[in-house]
Amino acid sequence: MSAVTEKEEYNYDIVKFCVLTGILMGVLGTLVGTFVASELAYPWLNMDIAEISFGRLRPVHTNVVIFGFGGFLLLGGGFYMVQHSTHARLRFEKLAWAAVILWLVGCLCVVATLPFGMTQSKEYHEAEWWIDIILALAWVCMTITFLGTVAKRKMSHIYVGNWFFMTMLFMVTYIFVFNGMCIPVDMTFSYSAYAGVHDAMTQWWWGHNAVGFFLTAGFIGIMYYFVPKHANRPIYSYRLSVLHFWSLTFLYVWVGAHHLHYTAIPDWTLSLGAGMSIALIFPSWGGMINGMMTMSGAWDKLRTDPVMRFMVVALAFYGMSTFEGPLMGAKSVNALSHYTDWTVGHVHSGALGWNAMIAIGAMYHMITRMWNTEMYSDKLVNMHFWVHLTGAILYITAMWGSGVLQGLMWRAFDSYGNLVYTFADSVAAMHPFYALRAFGGFLVFCGLCIMLYNTLKTISAVKAGSNVALGAAAKA
Amino acid sequence: MPEKRENKGMIRGIPHDTIEQSLPILAVFVAILVAVGGIVEIVPTYYLDDGEPKVEGVRPLTPLELEGFAVYRREGCFLCHSQMIRPFRDEKERYGHFSLAAESKYDHNYAWGSKRTGPDVARLGGKYTDAWHIQHMNAPRSVVPESVMPNYHFLNTPLDLSRTKKRMEVLGMMNVPYSADDIANWEADLKAQAGVDDGAGEAGLRARYERTTWTNSSGEVEQWTATFVPTPINVRAFDGNASDVTEMDALIAYLQQLGTQVHFEEGVDYYHDKFGQPYRK
Repeated sequence: MSAVTEKEEYNYDIVKFCVLTGILMGVLGTLVGTFVASELAYPWLNMDIAEISFGRLRPVHTNVVIFGFGGFLLLGGGFYMVQHSTHARLRFEKLAWAAVILWLVGCLCVVATLPFGMTQSKEYHEAEWWIDIILALAWVCMTITFLGTVAKRKMSHIYVGNWFFMTMLFMVTYIFVFNGMCIPVDMTFSYSAYAGVHDAMTQWWWGHNAVGFFLTAGFIGIMYYFVPKHANRPIYSYRLSVLHFWSLTFLYVWVGAHHLHYTAIPDWTLSLGAGMSIALIFPSWGGMINGMMTMSGAWDKLRTDPVMRFMVVALAFYGMSTFEGPLMGAKSVNALSHYTDWTVGHVHSGALGWNAMIAIGAMYHMITRMWNTEMYSDKLVNMHFWVHLTGAILYITAMWGSGVLQGLMWRAFDSYGNLVYTFADSVAAMHPFYALRAFGGFLVFCGLCIMLYNTLKTISAVKAGSNVALGAAAKA
Repeated sequence: MPEKRENKGMIRGIPHDTIEQSLPILAVFVAILVAVGGIVEIVPTYYLDDGEPKVEGVRPLTPLELEGFAVYRREGCFLCHSQMIRPFRDEKERYGHFSLAAESKYDHNYAWGSKRTGPDVARLGGKYTDAWHIQHMNAPRSVVPESVMPNYHFLNTPLDLSRTKKRMEVLGMMNVPYSADDIANWEADLKAQAGVDDGAGEAGLRARYERTTWTNSSGEVEQWTATFVPTPINVRAFDGNASDVTEMDALIAYLQQLGTQVHFEEGVDYYHDKFGQPYRK
């Protein structure tokens, strides 16, 4: 069978390492996330310990889920996709391992330094300068490996998933380097090369494009390989993929300014950012439609295959949050939503709905293919799906509720022209939402624990030879 | 592998087939295209005036306030407290005049924040007493029962002074107008402001940080008008204890100057100046 020889050619060891590390990072990141969410609902949980106080621990959560969980999915999924879509074994394998190890070291350094207050204070770029260098080296190694493998592809065309992946590799290099420019005071502290307005613009150019390229272009690349592969259907429209690829590549870069609406940034920049944000719905939905429509003729798989469910619901969340994004990018909506939990809700509908679910789907897919086995328990995969989905929905709806309520309470005037609520009133009103959000996050954490258990059981069954080979169950 | 459809050749006159068969061409196109938006939006902010109304009074932080800013950053205060008031009626009522770009022009790193789990602090200076801040830091819920802020009584520890001078030197390199004199006197100024030197260094501190001429390391001079009286520096034992300098001293010194440097005047339109028109007096 050609499939078997193919599998022998590819480097799966590195992908296996990345997938397992990714799952562990997911468990850790959501555990910390659940804890910091609980701190907001029940502040005594800060326990008067500096290292676990909300302000220090919150970036640990964001970094571990984005760069740990998301990063290892991109490394593993990217190395898997690039080999399969080029029919070539990974090039520069030592460099690839260097990328993975350096990335892991970087992530662990982040976890080890942030609780002690070593932070650049730039959101999603908190790691101090020397950790940035480790992560940047890993990124360069990954880029060379990836492009090198694409260069020795065994067909003339470069697969669309790899276009998106390449866009991510380039853009993240730009934004990471420019936003990370700083002058160190010592190993524990550095000052940004920019101040005030310039720092804010550069930070949100990074902030939104970390979302736009790391968490969107990269993950869309992953989607373009794993959804058609898992559904066993061709991509719906080649032309749509071309169109939304170039428009997404061009448009995403402009929209960071919408994080700064009505601030001291020049108004023309903000209007430009708002306009581009609204336009961004087209390339975003292009990807969502292309992914969804790939399912045509294979929708029945949703009934039987929980992994397919993860992927399709991920696309649905992607479509939903890329509708919400342009909405919040419009100035008048942003006037209400900015500074509130609505932003947090929006981020998590993207992160828990789109990123996590497509990542989890791709990971299950890779595990079964790489170990050539059925999962230890499909029931547990199904359970993971429902637990995760319930958690994500509770989280998002709680944040919608609290965000809109906050925004409305802050701007409420009575008939005498006085503010109706004190700020403290709005904080008190948040409590039930914060408690519900923490519970939703806890469910997501539980789901990932189920995944970890299921994966470990699957691998140990393979090692013991007691597993069911992939596809054998269906044939029987 | 889902088969890609056969050679499509041209798409609306663009030879896309050629692009996607060549890694170098695809790579160059992508590398250029993703750079455009950032260049157009960020580069002009360095050359156009329209982001920065000309106001007087914005000075670099004193050594003690600078250490306070470092504590603010270390504890992640900016994650829950913004320092950017928007030009809305409710924000004016609640926090005061909207923030100007100039007010954070020396803020490396910027601390505008993106979330208000707690209230904005851009104009916190002078709003509450030091005693309130001490109580609020030690046990927030004892003064604001609804608060979800962690207790920060661990800030009652001696301030680490090993980096202060280096911090000022680094900021000086980036055109924050600290003079050689400011940097040389960092320790005297820090102790004078925290009130631990029995008033010995107060005059020197005030002479340095209430001045009206500021020269940065590029030689650019900012000269305020002769009639402008800079906001006085707060000099006292902020944590209520004049025997040593603590992190609490530094943090409260930082908070008590927030938003107090620009003297907003009635009848001056700072908003339209933002759009490049001279403001009216």
